[in-house]
This record gives sequence, structure tokens and C-alpha cells, in this order.
Amino acid sequence: MFGLTKKDLSLLGIVAILTMAAPFILNPFPTESAMAQFNAGYPDLMQKFVIFGIFAIGFNILFGLTGYLSFGHAAFLGVGSYSCVWMFKLLGYNVLPGIALSIVVSGLFALLIGVITLRRSGIYFSILTLAFAQMSFALAYSVLSNPKFNLTNGETGLQVYADDPQWFHSANLPDLPHLFGLSMRATHRMTLGGWEFQFNAGYYMCAIIMLVCFYLAIRIFRSPFGLMLRAVKSNQQRMNYTGLNSRPYTLAAFVISGMYAGLAGGLLSAVDPLAGAERMQWTASGEVVLMTILGGAGTLIGPVLGAGLIKYFENIFSKINESVLHSWFGFLPDGLEDFVITIVYPFVGKGWHLTLGLIFMLVVIFLPGGLIEGGQRIGRLFRGKKASKAGKSATTEPAE
Amino acid sequence: MTKTTMSRRGVLKTGAIAGAGLALPTYLSAASHAGFTNAPQGDTVTLGFNVPQSGPYADEGADELRAYELAVEHLNGEGDGGMLNTFSSKALEGNGILGKKVEYVTGDTQTKSDAARASAKSMIEKDGAVMITGGSSSGVAIAVQGLCQEAGVIFMAGLTHSNDTTGKDKKANGFRHFFNGYMSGAALAPVLESQYGSDRKAYHLTADYTWGWTQQESIAAATEALGWETVNNVLTPLAQTDFSSYIAPVLNSGADVLVLNHYGGNMVNSLTNAVQFGLREKMIDGKQFEIVVPLFSRLMARGAGENIKGILGSTNWHWSLQDEGSKAFVQSFGTKYGFPPSQAAHTCYVQTLLYADAVARAGSFNPCAVVEALEGFEFDGLGNGPTLYRAEDHQCFKDVLVVRGKENPTSEFDLLEVVEVTPRAQVEYAPDHPMFAGGTLGECNPGA
Repeated sequence: MFGLTKKDLSLLGIVAILTMAAPFILNPFPTESAMAQFNAGYPDLMQKFVIFGIFAIGFNILFGLTGYLSFGHAAFLGVGSYSCVWMFKLLGYNVLPGIALSIVVSGLFALLIGVITLRRSGIYFSILTLAFAQMSFALAYSVLSNPKFNLTNGETGLQVYADDPQWFHSANLPDLPHLFGLSMRATHRMTLGGWEFQFNAGYYMCAIIMLVCFYLAIRIFRSPFGLMLRAVKSNQQRMNYTGLNSRPYTLAAFVISGMYAGLAGGLLSAVDPLAGAERMQWTASGEVVLMTILGGAGTLIGPVLGAGLIKYFENIFSKINESVLHSWFGFLPDGLEDFVITIVYPFVGKGWHLTLGLIFMLVVIFLPGGLIEGGQRIGRLFRGKKASKAGKSATTEPAE
Repeated sequence: MTKTTMSRRGVLKTGAIAGAGLALPTYLSAASHAGFTNAPQGDTVTLGFNVPQSGPYADEGADELRAYELAVEHLNGEGDGGMLNTFSSKALEGNGILGKKVEYVTGDTQTKSDAARASAKSMIEKDGAVMITGGSSSGVAIAVQGLCQEAGVIFMAGLTHSNDTTGKDKKANGFRHFFNGYMSGAALAPVLESQYGSDRKAYHLTADYTWGWTQQESIAAATEALGWETVNNVLTPLAQTDFSSYIAPVLNSGADVLVLNHYGGNMVNSLTNAVQFGLREKMIDGKQFEIVVPLFSRLMARGAGENIKGILGSTNWHWSLQDEGSKAFVQSFGTKYGFPPSQAAHTCYVQTLLYADAVARAGSFNPCAVVEALEGFEFDGLGNGPTLYRAEDHQCFKDVLVVRGKENPTSEFDLLEVVEVTPRAQVEYAPDHPMFAGGTLGECNPGA
């Protein structure tokens, strides 16, 4: 079905089930329990999971397939966000024009940057993309936000004001981003015993778009075009010597991946109508590199997992403060309690970067193939024990 | 590429699935509960403290968090009660808010609009916070204020000094206790005139973002009204750490006053550079060269060390004030943490009390009831003298302090001396003042 092999279809099916049931899966703990701290099933974080999943899938098309390491992908994310908010400001709060424009604009922007930067490869390419992204950041942060010509609204972030034109806005539509009247913020809460599950319209829209993106990525991975990109990764020089011009292929990959990033940016604005310049900063570009490597570069599902892990840390671990720790370790004797908290405290709250860094180091050193490789190893361990039960692993093999 | 063949059955199947997908949202949109967003359940109420714990304003953020913890303690009837005893409104009884025990969640804004909004959203969506407060940057405050308006919770701004927060970006659900750029200008101008005369040439260095622009605009307008001339205004990137290349041109511009529209680490660095270039020893046309820092804080003064001595600026509050409210607050903060609070801590503490009091007077956590209780509210005993929460723009009006870096500090906290307490009447402005025009409060939004 859908032009996929059975294995890819089952992978797509698993991803579809996981995303559709995410509100249940991510909320395993009852609301009143102490473990509720670790629940991730609230709209904002679920939206971030799938949106950054799209971003990472797109980045992986470039990095995982061609091996071109772009350090400036956040620029496309930012451009997409700004385009989407501008559509809100001019046309009204329906998300479709905004998302469409964000894909188009970021695609054109990627074409422009790609034509210039793809003349070089390796580290020079990375540095060039980094330079372009930082340039875009500086433009968005101050140059294009002066009071005379305010395109980006600088540090505050571009947002919609009551006196914006909004030509197609009417009184019966929600004053928030919506899809033909359905507010992105609309949430249905379901209480089951001690559990509360939130089904958010914005999340489901993003999740469906992510599934489409994921499907397209599988098709690209399995196509002759994808094979050509892999050839670029394994030996571009040899390809060139055979008389084949690889530039159009890399450029196409760069533009596609830029459009994915733009789409992610547009969706970020669609669920929360404010575009900040820091989305374009080099740290944001580095984040998507981390996501991809952490999950497993060149694999289909890896980048999505990596994106989820990083966003989980950023939003859940950073909120564990001292009083939460005290409530956890309150059962210990006083001296011991303070001791344990002193040890744990640097790794949670504002120290979440430290924990993430440690995990990243461990993954890169012991699992070069990312979390996917970890999953495969565990899978193999089980199969080893159960002896010759050649079960079909749902995970894909890394490209390399 | 594989060849795709379309059968009639396949098309029907896909159509049915797509139809089901499109129908799903209509079911989702069903409003789930009446009243307002995050109505407190059970015997507790959750407040969200969203402060910078990393980044350039982390010091301010840490102090704000201390103040919040102290405020929660006092609201729950623990500790010595602090300013609850001096507050002119007596609606709070030290049994939480409306009998519900106050609990709180914290988050890190990272001084970035995006991160701050994500953190605030998780407080609202996951932890059920009914009010969000905090922030130490105007950009962040404006971004979070917009979010709270959309989500239907109250936002009590922390340290934000840009005119825009209660000017063109004002929102019905947002309230600011802190003063603003215009007030700084209006309070400083008379002092500058009496100290430096009315025939001066000023050169501005301005942080390149919303706060810097409005601050510069305000102080330039106030000083030009005195007869000063504005020679030049140079915008500096927020991330700049070395300002020497910006200082050198000042010497050749003929200006005899340098105005640093910088805050936090920016101001510490630019002031240090200026002093290193010997600006303060210069005589221009027989006049001593002077430096002015419109927005001052004790934490910045500590960072700048020796260089701050004798420099004029304005501040919202200072711990050496001798009114009953300030004394009570410094007393309980000092007892708990061992040092005096900063102005950021003060404004955050006061905002929490003001919110709690408004809920108690309104008898409800409903944001619209709280807005009604806060609009036009007159109070006293919170360290700034008689204060008004103006209904038109949700800005507090109170006295403003003009301070100077102390020549002979007696301790590491005793760095600023109060030169003048500018009375409230002098810093008031019309709600439609050009520097604040352009925005509308809109309607209060109680959310779901």
C-alpha cells in the first residue's frame, strides 16, 4: 500500500499509532501522584515533539543521506515562523495560508543559500551555512526590526496586534490560530480515574502533517533519488569522476530539507502565534544536529526520537526545582536528604543541559548509531536469549 | 519509483479515512468545562513563577525566585508575615488565598521569548497555574503577557521597564507594578538639570531592543525639554561585551554627557569601558564630563564595582528606604536569606501579594474578577508610598527614586544612595501619550 514495502508500512503504522495515542502514552502517571512531574502529555510539549520531529526528519534528509552537515538549519525554521505570523497579520488567523507560505518562502531561501554554500563541501559547507544562519539571526534580531521598517519585531518577537489588517478575519472566528474555525488551542480533557488526558486540536493537526512528512521521507529514502544522495555521502569525488554532476541532487536535498524546516517553523507559529528571533540562533541549529545524531543519523525514525528526547529534557527536567527534590527525598533523614539533594540538584532544573550533555556523550561514545542502535542491541539481546526466533525488528537499519 | 495504481475501492477507502480525520476535530472542540481556565480544584491553588535561571539576567532571576518563595510563605501564614502587616488592604488573612493553600511551580525563561512561552504554557496546560508572574526582560514580559491573554490567565509582570509593556503591547490580563522608561526620564531630568545644568550635549549608547529604544526615546525627550542637545544615538547589539569601539567616537563628538541605555551585564561592561577611557576626568568646554545610567539596580552596581561611584540613575525601590513596608520586607528577606533584596525581588514579592489580595477582595480566582479588583486599585504600605493601579493601561503609578553610586560604601550591599524621591505627580502621563499609544487593552479573557 502507498508504494511502500511491508516493513516500511509497518514502521509508518507504528509511528501513526504512537502519534495518535500520544496523549495516553505520554501521561502514564495519575495526575495527583508524585510521578506526575514526569508526565509529558500536555498540548504544548506534544506539539513540540511532532514539530521538532518534522524539523529533524527534514534535516536528516540532508545530513543522513548526503552527509552534508548544515549548521544553519534554524534559519529556515525562523523564516518559516515569520512568514506564517505575517500571514496571520495580513490575512487572518486561518493556519493554512501561513503554513503554505512558510514552506514556499523557506524553500526559496534554501535555494538561495544552497546555490552559494553547496559550492563547497565538508567543514567549509558547515561554516558557510553557520555564517548565513547567524547573518539571518542578526538581521531578524536588530537590522530588520528598527522602528522605520519593522519586519521581525526584534527581541520581542513578531506577534499579531489588534490593529493589524487581517483581511479575512470575521467576528465569528476565534481570535487565535484556527483551521476553518477550529481553534488550535481547543482541548478536550478526558478524566479516567486518577488520570487526565488532553486531546488538543493543534497537536492532531501537527501530528497528521508529521505523518505525511514521514511518509514522504520514506519515499525519498527508498527512491532512486535517495540512492543518488547516499552515493554522494559514500564518495562524491568518485561520482564526479564518472561524469555525473552531483550538485543538482545535493541542491534538491538541501531545498527539500529547508522546506521541512520551514514547515516546522510555520507549525510552531500556527500553534503559538509568536515568532522570536532566537529560533534562528546557532544554538537552535546545533539542537537539530544533536537531535539527529542522538536518535541516529540516516535512520528514518531516529531523528524523531532524538527530537522527543531533547524536548522532554528541556521541558520536564528543567522544571524540577529544589522544593520538588525535597518532596521526593523527604523520607530520608535530614543530613542524608540534604546530601542527596546537593548531588542531584546540579543535574536538574537549570542544570538540565548538563544531564543532556552527559547522555549525548554516552550515546556518541557507546552507541554511535544513536538511540536506534541501542534499540537494536536490546532487540538482539532478547533474540539471543530466545534463540533463533528470527523476529522482524520494526526498526530500520542505519544507512551506513 | 514504484508505480501507483488507483482502484475505485482504494480511492473510497482513502476518502473514508480522510473524512474521519477531518471529522475528529469537531468532536475535539467541545468545550470541556465552564467558568475559567484552571479554576483551582481541591484545597490548593497553583501559581507559576517564570524567571530567568540561566542567561544574562540569571542573577535577577535567582533573586526574584527568593522573593516569590518568601511571598508564598507569608501568604500561607508562615514566617513573620512581611509586608502583609503593613499593606493597606487587609483582605489577606495568612491562610493562603481564599482559604486555599498556595503552591507554586517554577520555570526557566532563559531570557528568550520562545523558551519563556514554552515554560509558561507548560505551567498553564500541565500544572494548572491560575496566574503567571516573573520575567526580567521586557521582550520576555511582552511575549508571556500575550500568551496569558490568549490562554485566559492573569500575568503579573516582574522586572520590565520598557514603555511598550503597558503601552502598545498592553493586555487586559497583564499588570505591571514596575516603573517604566518614561518615568525614569521624567524623574531624572530635574535632578540632571540641578546637577549638570541645562546646557549640555548628550551622546546615547542604546541596547538594540524594545527596552533600549523606548528608554532612549524617553530620556532624550526629557532632557531635550531641559534644553540639552542630543548629539548622537548609537544602537549596540544586546550580545555585545566590549564597548571600546563605541566609546572612542564619544570623545570626538563634542558631547559632554554620555547616557548608557544599557541594563545588566551590558551596562557593567559599557560603563567599565567608558571609565577606562578616562571619560570621567575629561573637561569639555570647561564642563566636567558626566555619565548617566537611566535604569540602575543594586546587582548592576555590584558588577560595576568602583566605576559606579557618583553616577546618577533611577530605580524602582531600594532596600535602604525607611518606610514601614520596606523595613518589614528587608527584615524578613534578610532573616531568611542573609542579605537585602534587590528591586527585582521587591517588585515580584509585591506583585504576588497584590494578586492574592485582588483575588481575596474579588472573592474569586476568575481572571475577569481579578482584573476588576485590580483596576483603579489604590494601596499603600508596600514600600513605594501611595500607589495606584491605573485602569486604562494596568500600570502602577508611584514615587520614583533617583539614586547615585555611593562614594564610600559601608558594605557590599550599600552601593547606592537615594538622591531624591520624585513624587508620583511628576512622573504621571496620559494613557494616550505618544510614547504609549498604539495598543489596546482589549477584553479580559477568562479562557475556557
